[in-house]
Amino acid sequence: MAELLLLVSLAGEQVAVRASEVESVVEIEGLTPVPRAGGHVAGLTALRSRVLTVIDCMASLQPGLRIEGPRDAMVVVADGHPYALLVDRVEDVVEASGEIAPVPASLSAGWTRVATGYVPVEGTLFLLADVHALIAGPLAEAA
Amino acid sequence: MDDLIGDFIAETREMLGALGGEVVAWEAEPQDRARLDAIFRFVHTVKGNCGFFDLPRLNGLSHAAEDALAEVRSGKRSADARLVNAVLGILDRIGELVEAMEGGTAPPDDDDATLIAALSEMVDEEVVAAAPGTGGQPRAPARSIRLSVDLLDRMMNGVSDLVLARNELARRLRDCAMEVETEEAFERVSASIAEVREAITRTRMQRVETLFAPLPRMVRDLGSVTGKKVVLEIDGGDVELDREMIEMIRDPLTHIIRNAVDHGIEAPGERRRAGKSEAGLLRVSARQAGNQILIEIADDGRGIDAEALVAKALGHGIITLDQAGRMPHERKLALVFEAGLSTAKAVTSISGRGVGMDVVRANVERIGGLVDVDSTLGHGVRFTLRVPLTLTIIPGLIVEAGGQSFAIPRSAIDEIVRIRAAGVRVESLAGAGVVTLRGHRFAVIALSDVLGTERRSEAGDELLVLLKTTGGGAYALAVDQVHDHEELVVKPASPAVMATGLYAGTTLDGDGKPVLLLDPAGLATRSGVSLDRIEVENVAGSGAGESERRPILLFTSFSGAKRAVSLPAVHRIEEVAASTIRASGGRLHITLGEQILPLAGCDTIPDRDKVHVLRLTDGVEEIAYAVAEVMDTVSLDGAPVPCQQPGEVQGVALVDGEQVELLDLFWIFSRHGAAAPHADRPLCLLPQDDAWMDTFLRPLIESAGYRVARVGEAATADLVIVDESEVEPDVGAARVLKLRANPEPRGAKDDSIHRYDRAALLGALGSATSTPRAARKEA
Repeated sequence: MAELLLLVSLAGEQVAVRASEVESVVEIEGLTPVPRAGGHVAGLTALRSRVLTVIDCMASLQPGLRIEGPRDAMVVVADGHPYALLVDRVEDVVEASGEIAPVPASLSAGWTRVATGYVPVEGTLFLLADVHALIAGPLAEAA
Repeated sequence: MDDLIGDFIAETREMLGALGGEVVAWEAEPQDRARLDAIFRFVHTVKGNCGFFDLPRLNGLSHAAEDALAEVRSGKRSADARLVNAVLGILDRIGELVEAMEGGTAPPDDDDATLIAALSEMVDEEVVAAAPGTGGQPRAPARSIRLSVDLLDRMMNGVSDLVLARNELARRLRDCAMEVETEEAFERVSASIAEVREAITRTRMQRVETLFAPLPRMVRDLGSVTGKKVVLEIDGGDVELDREMIEMIRDPLTHIIRNAVDHGIEAPGERRRAGKSEAGLLRVSARQAGNQILIEIADDGRGIDAEALVAKALGHGIITLDQAGRMPHERKLALVFEAGLSTAKAVTSISGRGVGMDVVRANVERIGGLVDVDSTLGHGVRFTLRVPLTLTIIPGLIVEAGGQSFAIPRSAIDEIVRIRAAGVRVESLAGAGVVTLRGHRFAVIALSDVLGTERRSEAGDELLVLLKTTGGGAYALAVDQVHDHEELVVKPASPAVMATGLYAGTTLDGDGKPVLLLDPAGLATRSGVSLDRIEVENVAGSGAGESERRPILLFTSFSGAKRAVSLPAVHRIEEVAASTIRASGGRLHITLGEQILPLAGCDTIPDRDKVHVLRLTDGVEEIAYAVAEVMDTVSLDGAPVPCQQPGEVQGVALVDGEQVELLDLFWIFSRHGAAAPHADRPLCLLPQDDAWMDTFLRPLIESAGYRVARVGEAATADLVIVDESEVEPDVGAARVLKLRANPEPRGAKDDSIHRYDRAALLGALGSATSTPRAARKEA
């Protein structure tokens, strides 16, 4: 069975994320900042009674950048902790039409860490992003 | 015990259920090793559990089956159909017995012997045939089930959602006119939500008994390994604790007990010599005190040698000699929790590798608990673990800093004081400060500084929340506002948040907004305040009287020296652009706001963009003192060793084992301050063209408070200094001071002073300053 993918736009790219890893898509309202946390941690938000750690995927790709405007986020559970990954926009859910191909080495720095491969969808190639790498943020690289 | 049996029954039945398929498969293929292993593990587990519960029939059955299967596993016997049948018969019987126990019905007749006999290699066919499973009995209703914690968490979350939704609904209902019936219905919903919440909270609770149950066996084993006799007393097993919490304190408890038996309790011979009974007493008890559970582990062994700990800590450089001298007994004992300290003379397989007690403390603190130690040498040790009643719901205080709310666990809070209140004295400097409260000193940590958020309240308007940590250390946290006490449902925070080291978890406030729970110990670590040191100082401060001790500010001067200045003299610390410093009028001045202040601390304009400046004040005058780096505030006791030469440095003091130069404020103010308006100062005339006096003597005269002019520039003067070889100028001088180049006076009548005799010079200058004004007025 073809894998379902969630297409999001992030830093001007159309990126695919495995739909199985995404619990839901929400719009973030109200952020509680987390002072002294890594730059990619935008804050905390409550989804019903759950506290989600909100990750700014732009900052995760490249420190210093921020997601502006719309507050679309993917809810992801990693290691038992719920996260909301802020992206520019959540576009669509599509079916992969082929196997995932390895990433060529020519991606820019942030993407090298985040992208796990290319995946074809109806003849177009999309970057497949790893949610865990986005959550880990740029600090994980140095560690 | 009922709980444990319930667990055993549930576990056994669950395993039997899972084994059903295996048994059938094994029957079809007796050579299958994996199936055999699975069945062997089952009977082995049942056997182990039975021994613990004193269930002889189950024990006999499982033991026999285990023996037979062990022979098959070791290859001594092959698995034939008859053996399979016999094992199946035993498994069925175990199932029946367990069900009977659970249902409280009478167990089936005791024909276990036949079943066991069927296992043996030589047995006739009839016996085997007589052992079919009897599975037709009605099942008793289950009294206990096993659930995953995950599911419990989901239920807990669901109930929290309900509570939030109810609160929201209540707010909306308040705003509109409501019929009585609606109100009643809402009340009912509200009450049942509270009930469900209570019940779900209870599902997480477990008796401490489960934690204590393995102890008798453990203590017995430890005793026989070490050749000691130990009597174990257990008390308070019916206290209930959160299941997760029980898991968290299992290791610390085990560790403390191992230590007690291995190091605490002496060998029988030694105990006899000490006049104690041969068997050592180990007492483990649990009790509830307020919202905490206290678990005490006490032994009557040899106790902890506090002095040995201190010696070891000194050897490891954990404390200084000075600190050691001022440490009270409890603090010395608490050193046992420092990493790398173990007083055990020999490393044994059980304990004493110098790792452990620090881990114990860390584990207990991680769940919001505290651990204390008390010991009398020769009479034993008592450890007290204090853990919050539940991990998930803790009473907390909501505070505000930088416009954001934070929660603090109430167990960590000692008291809350307003800075302006009577009896509270705060010496505060750009967030680093010391508060004196009823004779105790505490470091002040401004929450907004630690968090790097904006300060909202004016200095002096903050509230201080006094926080205590393990071992009696304490500090004051300055916050903008204190809100309500609330029951907080605390959830673990994600690793990204925990990485800051400042937070213990997250929670939701009444409106359903996330709030961070602060970690008091983490805040102290982050702001670089050593609680140990402060605590030691507290005790010393309260005991020795405060007048002996004064707070000082440590800094690095531009010359690279480590210096300190008395804290009360520091009015403010500012960071300013170096461009505000100008050399003018023979000295450096700095522009601070609308003021121009004389600048001390450096001779040239520092070669950097920003400069830290201490604003020193004597109450009237203000002087800026430039420093390379502001380090810390500490309190200094004892007088510094005075310097030989007067100057910027008054003396040298010992701070944390390092020599620190203490600024001479008097000298600095007399030198840099406009000590007296310029024209008001006494005038000293120097000879014209005397290079030595101009370069060598002039600064000294000026520092003594004189204006200096040349002979001929003024008609009268308070003092005229001349070389004794020169002719005395014709000036209306109140006094004339003659200097000679030769160290030895030329005769008894020679009233000149040797020009390098500083003391005599200053004496003459000093006495001059007291006389001249009147003289000048007359002149």
